Amino acid sequence: MLSRTADCLYWMARYTERAENTARMLDVNHQTSLLPQPAEFLEQSWKKLLTISKLEADFLSKYDVINRENVLDFMIYETSNPSSIVSCLYAARENARVIRGKITSEVWETQNTTWLELQRILEARDRADPSRLLDWVKHRCHLFRGVMYGTMLKNEAFYFINIGTLLERADNTARILETKYEDQASLKVLRAQNHGGDNEDGGSFFDFYHWAALLRSVSAFEIYRQIYSDQVVPKQVAQLLIFNKQMPRSLVCCVNELISLIAEVENNQSKEIERLLGKLKASLDYSDIDEVFTQGLEEFIESFLEKINHIADEFSTAYLIPLAAN
Amino acid sequence: MKLPFDEMLDAAGKARPHYQIFHSWLKQQSDTLMGLKRAEADLIFRRVGITFAVYGDDLGSERTIPFDQVPRIFAAKEWEQLEKGLRQRVKALNRFIYDVYHEEDIIKAGIIPAEQIFNNAQYRPEMRNVNIPRDIYAQIAGIDIVRAGEGEFYVLEDNLRVPSGVSYMVEDRKMMMRLFPDLFQKYRVAPVEHYPDLLLECLKSVKPDDVKKPNVVVLTPGMYNSAYFEHSYLAQQMGVELVEGKDLFVKNEQVFMRTTQGPERVDVIYRRVDDDFLDPLSFRSDSTLGVAGLLSAYRAGNVTLANAIGTGIADDKSIYPYVPDMIEFYLGEKPILNNVPTFQCRKPDDLAYTLANLDKLVVKLTHGAGGYGMLVGPASTKAEIEEFRAHLIANPDKYIAQPTLALSTCPTFVESGVAPRHIDLRPFVLSGKTIKMVPGGLTRVALKEGSLVVNSSQGGGTKDTWVLEE
Repeated sequence: MLSRTADCLYWMARYTERAENTARMLDVNHQTSLLPQPAEFLEQSWKKLLTISKLEADFLSKYDVINRENVLDFMIYETSNPSSIVSCLYAARENARVIRGKITSEVWETQNTTWLELQRILEARDRADPSRLLDWVKHRCHLFRGVMYGTMLKNEAFYFINIGTLLERADNTARILETKYEDQASLKVLRAQNHGGDNEDGGSFFDFYHWAALLRSVSAFEIYRQIYSDQVVPKQVAQLLIFNKQMPRSLVCCVNELISLIAEVENNQSKEIERLLGKLKASLDYSDIDEVFTQGLEEFIESFLEKINHIADEFSTAYLIPLAAN
Repeated sequence: MKLPFDEMLDAAGKARPHYQIFHSWLKQQSDTLMGLKRAEADLIFRRVGITFAVYGDDLGSERTIPFDQVPRIFAAKEWEQLEKGLRQRVKALNRFIYDVYHEEDIIKAGIIPAEQIFNNAQYRPEMRNVNIPRDIYAQIAGIDIVRAGEGEFYVLEDNLRVPSGVSYMVEDRKMMMRLFPDLFQKYRVAPVEHYPDLLLECLKSVKPDDVKKPNVVVLTPGMYNSAYFEHSYLAQQMGVELVEGKDLFVKNEQVFMRTTQGPERVDVIYRRVDDDFLDPLSFRSDSTLGVAGLLSAYRAGNVTLANAIGTGIADDKSIYPYVPDMIEFYLGEKPILNNVPTFQCRKPDDLAYTLANLDKLVVKLTHGAGGYGMLVGPASTKAEIEEFRAHLIANPDKYIAQPTLALSTCPTFVESGVAPRHIDLRPFVLSGKTIKMVPGGLTRVALKEGSLVVNSSQGGGTKDTWVLEE
């Protein structure tokens, strides 16, 4: 397969997955923002959403205040923001258009229809109900994956699409976890300041909604209940999203799948990627949630993000950047 | 003035024999239904992405080429004659291109003046005495044909460089079958969907001699080219790679593509990039669409280009007037298809005649394409004619003139209902081991009333073209 084709497949998948995860993140923030809470905390949570995507500076060059309306506008519609949902869906569709011959016509038509429907949504300018739009984005991304699994040959093209999806997903799950966990920390500080720490009931009530929303954002609320049959406890939430091998969006699950996918597309430069992935897998396999919490969740996630992004870079070098002419 | 020939109706307003079934079918269809079908067609074209990008417009803005639901129908007999003429013409054109890069017999015989060839910007000295597989230069030819009357066909233009439109021929058929399946039970329409198979067979048959299993690719200028859909479509249908210049490189006079498994040899390139942009080392050095060193690999015989470099010499409008002579010279046969009588403005007499009759003639740039840089006398204002006259006097060598043909019309859906609109036809002729064609071609229609310009860049549409089986 042409390196350029592989590149387009990979980015088509990454942008689709990014659109979906952005929608998930926005949705969870939107939902939690409807809960009764101090105004500072509200602003804080929208700000976090920008910082985890490293978009705060770009945002502030466009808007004066960080609030729900502005962040939603920036993260959904703003075309100068490369991570906005509109930008991601556009990039996914443009990449698909270049290699439409390498995906089935059903996959292409799914991507194309998503884009065409989005045009209509944009024209209608119906921005009153973000939840509906965000649900639609998730649904279209699910459809893309379903059509891909249902119609494509299990060949190189299929593997490159999946590699793109999983690298993006691992990155996004880690980021969602990090933001929400930091939220939790700042919430505790706020609570201590405002209520003198004596409002335990109100606190746990809020905790529940906060963590439940996080779980919902990665479609894991029912899964959590099923696995733990327990209250929603931060540590178990983190454990589920990092270590659970069966949970499709967990870090371990993404890494494991990446290992088998790389084996399918092996070439003479893929050894280094296999080594890095193996190392990452081992570091997860021989750790547990207590160790992570001792180390500090934030530090753990930062280190994971660094590793997974290094792997993505190595992957680009080995497969996507046209090999030198020798 | 005599009305132009109508494909469906005769002078008395009665349907011609091969249109009778369609005509009575059409009368039974309600306007509402046809309107719905039209909207459905547009929706499908958009969803499938049979569109081209509009330059300088908003993010991702695209257009579809209007598709008309009234097919252009050929009776079997008429097509048979047309096909014979096309095969004959393309055969002679390929012989001609070989000749001007080798023995130059046609010049020696005094049929075409030497300066007409060697001073022509389309002549590529790089191709002199270069031998290519089967001596075939234009593997893919798109010949533009118009009809002026019963059995009266004229060749308007020979497109021998990178003719496009064949994907619309196939997609229009699919669309008709989808919208009106019942019509295909009433008519036996010869299929055209196997065109990509014929194309692949043709391309493989002109592989370099020493290659056993040729690796064929389609070379595109990229997704912003207006024909990108077609490039991608043909590559997919043939099951070959669609490459851009940056995917290829030349080493030791061999062409390779960059793949995820390392370099892979390429043997036949169906290129949809113009000569000028093919190789920055030999042609335009600012081209980013081509492959450095491609010409050297080509001249060494290690890769086949389809079409060959330098075919433009045969589709230049200044060479066009000689095509009937070529047919007699190379094949010893009478030309089956007519040329449109052509005045060569480089000749003083022809120029004088042209200047005196600008309001009646069509004047074209010899190197022009796509309906640009031309004057349609009868359809132009006084001011436009005068402006054009100045260009013509300044550069007579660059122009030819032809009488305005009464192009045939075909009923077409327009805002006011069904009305006659002028049409032409571009059949595609494939030359490899043998000459092959699918029965039919792309019918283009000028949607503006009275307009003779059918190019999609000038607001033309397309129709499905039916060749009936006996």
